Amino acid sequence: MAYALQQLINGLTLGAMYGLIAIGYTMVYGIIGMINFAHGDIFMVSAFIAVTAFTLLAAADVTSVPLALTFVLIVSIFFTSAYGWAVERTAYRPLRGSTRLAPLISAIGMSILLQNTVQLTQGARVKPIPPVIQGGIELWSTPDFTVQIGWSQVLIIVTTVVLMTAFTWMITQTPFGRQQRACEQDRTMAALLGVNVDRTISLTFMLGAALAAVAGVMVTVYYGVVDFFIGFLAGIKAFTAAVLGGIGSLPGAMLGGLLIGLIESFWAAYLSAEYKDVATFGILCLVLMLRPSGLLGRPEVEKV
Amino acid sequence: MSAVVFARHAMTPAERLRDASWVAFVGLILGIPLIGLTTVDVGGRLAIETRFGVLAAGVVAVFFGRLLLRWAVDQARNRKLERDRASTASAAQRASGTQKVVSTLGWLMLGASIALPIMFSDNRYVVDTATTVLIYVMLGWGLNVVVGLAGLLDLGYVAFYAVGAYSYALLSTQFGWSFWEALPVSGALAASFGILLGYPILRLRGDYLAIVTLGFGEIVRIILVNWTELSGGPNGISSIPRPSFFGLDFSRSAPEGQQTFAGFFGLDFSPMHRLIFLYYLILVLALLTNLFVSRLRKLPVGRAWEALREDEIACQAMGMNTTNIKLSAFAIGAMLGGFAGVFFASRQGFISPESFVFTESAIVLAIVVLGGMGSQMGVVLAATLLVLIPEFGRNFAEYRMLLFGLAMVLIMVWRPGGLLAHREPTLRLGAAGKEGAR
Amino acid sequence: MSKNASGTLLSVRNLTMRFGGLTAIDDLSLEVPAGKITGIIGPNGAGKTTLFNCLTGFYKPTTGTLRLAHPTRGEIRLEALASHLVARDAQVVRTFQNIRLFPKMTVLENLIVAQHNVLQRASKFSIAGIFKLPGYREAERQAIERAAMWLERLKLTHLADHAAGDLPYGIQRRIEIARALCVDPVLLCLDEPAAGLNPRESAELNELLLYLCGELGIAILLIEHDMSVVMNVSDHIGVISYGRKIAEGTPEQVKHDPQVIKAYLGEDEEEEVAGGAAA
Repeated sequence: MAYALQQLINGLTLGAMYGLIAIGYTMVYGIIGMINFAHGDIFMVSAFIAVTAFTLLAAADVTSVPLALTFVLIVSIFFTSAYGWAVERTAYRPLRGSTRLAPLISAIGMSILLQNTVQLTQGARVKPIPPVIQGGIELWSTPDFTVQIGWSQVLIIVTTVVLMTAFTWMITQTPFGRQQRACEQDRTMAALLGVNVDRTISLTFMLGAALAAVAGVMVTVYYGVVDFFIGFLAGIKAFTAAVLGGIGSLPGAMLGGLLIGLIESFWAAYLSAEYKDVATFGILCLVLMLRPSGLLGRPEVEKV
Repeated sequence: MSAVVFARHAMTPAERLRDASWVAFVGLILGIPLIGLTTVDVGGRLAIETRFGVLAAGVVAVFFGRLLLRWAVDQARNRKLERDRASTASAAQRASGTQKVVSTLGWLMLGASIALPIMFSDNRYVVDTATTVLIYVMLGWGLNVVVGLAGLLDLGYVAFYAVGAYSYALLSTQFGWSFWEALPVSGALAASFGILLGYPILRLRGDYLAIVTLGFGEIVRIILVNWTELSGGPNGISSIPRPSFFGLDFSRSAPEGQQTFAGFFGLDFSPMHRLIFLYYLILVLALLTNLFVSRLRKLPVGRAWEALREDEIACQAMGMNTTNIKLSAFAIGAMLGGFAGVFFASRQGFISPESFVFTESAIVLAIVVLGGMGSQMGVVLAATLLVLIPEFGRNFAEYRMLLFGLAMVLIMVWRPGGLLAHREPTLRLGAAGKEGAR
Repeated sequence: MSKNASGTLLSVRNLTMRFGGLTAIDDLSLEVPAGKITGIIGPNGAGKTTLFNCLTGFYKPTTGTLRLAHPTRGEIRLEALASHLVARDAQVVRTFQNIRLFPKMTVLENLIVAQHNVLQRASKFSIAGIFKLPGYREAERQAIERAAMWLERLKLTHLADHAAGDLPYGIQRRIEIARALCVDPVLLCLDEPAAGLNPRESAELNELLLYLCGELGIAILLIEHDMSVVMNVSDHIGVISYGRKIAEGTPEQVKHDPQVIKAYLGEDEEEEVAGGAAA
């Protein structure tokens, strides 16, 4: 029981991070209907930026944790959004309106390019940083197991909840949100009504990247290690989460992320750690077969 | 954002400078965290290292590169406009012209590929690289059935390649099967995997299909890594027997009662014999694949694949069983991938899950799409380009994949329809009297 | 293709189709006679295309039966068949409101694909095809001849080798009909075949429909908004509004049915529909 509770906490933490990345996929898919294959690598880039920023702070003898976190978040969000913007601008925008496959290939190329750029410029080795946030709360102690929630886990879950709220507000209430949703439903009509579609798409990419940047900082804080290959699996799982929750749906992406996180940590804890990714993919296949529109997605009525 | 101008009219020098400055500025922003700064391990802790010199050089290079690129693009566009204005050739004439060029190119390449090992008979590197190109050509032709013809986006093609490679490895090391005995069995096994995968995902479309096939590819790889009893785990399977030339081995000395290739033909032993043999072997396999796929394309099943790519609902309305059509595409694509896998295993003599990662699937898919969906010649061009471009950077081995990714993006932006986007009809009314399918 | 068949070919009984809370077709019954042209008209959103989708297996009706009295195969229940079987076994073939050709394939290829089942059988799992055995070559020759015949009839021969998607709209409509004819239909369902055609093309369409029905005995079920087509060619017209059949009869009867006029124009605007229909 205690063990299961611990897995629940770990799973939620993991899921919150998947959810943050999944939002980037879901928004981009919603607005231009493509899998932004490079999104996982944008997340990876943000983790590297976070490592550099933390190291800079350590060199500058900053010891206040809240100050350090704020600085790293700002820096990481800024640069990562720039990457999100640049990727869209160079690799996807020229291909808008061509075949469905062309941007996908270009995205895969971008993903390979980003991975190798980071490997070349930052090194192929794992980057460890000293723990930023230590300790936690003991929730429940039994003779043979202690359930603990780390402060970093609290931080991740709280940040995610806050961001989700802010984000939902932004999409549903602000002019940008309205434009974003308009472009999602009918890009041509939105353009005719005076929405700057290019700008909206660019902003969508930047926002997706910004959320991925938050996830990147969190991963760095939580695990303390980063390497250039983390983007691939995280990206695929986040995409799975987006599909699971129903692509195009923001709450769906979050729900999907949490489910994937939970499935992964329970599977690893009780069944087999080696096959935890197989479980994720297996569930993805099952969901798509039984309910192709995802859990919260609107079912697509086939137009004949 | 508005500073990047894509104007149709000629840009003034000031506009060009502003445009280039903006791009250089973006380059600077992007460069700061990855190029300008890096972390290095100093005594177990990370320390910052700066490379602002490199960054500055990079930004300057981007500035002038942009100026040059912009100028070149404008020039090219003007030339194209003029050409279009001058040319009165109809689309149909141009298409048949393209077709002629493509088929001439095809024969030239065939000739070159037959002559290549003779001309470079002692250049191990050339023959090896050419063999690699041909493996990708064969994989591309196989995937072309699934993606190019049937329009089913498959990102897990490497799984079938792995099934072929591992089944040959196991059949040969465990049961002593020869290459030629194992080839059809492994192909059939890969085809069954294709059907196994195809069946549950028949209803899925487009990107969903892509992500599920990607998942399938990863599942196969993870199983290969973890099911140590079967696959040898991460260590893979080694000492896989090489194919022999009608029973003649390509070794220095033959076991008792047998002859070597060199001995039988009275040649001096050379390790090149095997390489050249392998090269011709894959050439023959690839050509057979091409013949097979080109024939299929002109049969009802091939036209059904293309119709499926064009409009699935119309297919149903015409009374076509789309389930069977999809499964046949998956099965045949998988089988061809399996054949390529068998060859790969026998060429390397050693296989491990490392060779069957997602990047391989991505490369093969890129070859199909870059070549121009459904175009057999396009696959050859794209495979050659994608294998050779990174080879130019082989003196800096670490830049290989970087160049590869960059090439994928650039070629796609340059020609979104692929290198050879022209589609040749499977039959013509005029030719019908003489012969329906060529 | 039996000429001058008589009696009921298709009988729709108590057909209902619901999507969630929306009832698109509500307890609809309809008879389609053999060898005649039956028009279906009704305001936009009346459920005409949904009726077609139920008929051709793309939707499974919520309740109701669709019985086809097939001239050679006996009675076939269409609601039980998958969409491709409706075309293959029941030979009920349709076209689409928003034209669904195979755009990158040539016109001829489109027509050959429509004969897939015949050719596929002749190619014996592609084996006979790969080795170009005489049996397959003969089947292919016949398929091309058949396609050429329809191309000739529909005045498309000169476009045979063009990609279907590159051709003008009116021609694409014709290609779609030619393609459907290659499936050898017992009942041909046309979903707004005159939409987007100019008056001359519409007149040609009229001629074609009368020829198909009169000379070849193919029963036609026609959804159409263009009254000049419907009123001139239909032997019998059913009017649908909000998923229900509100009137039925000869063009003359329907034209003057007060229910129909009301459904189309609201009340008190009788002259206009009569004028429009006569045009």
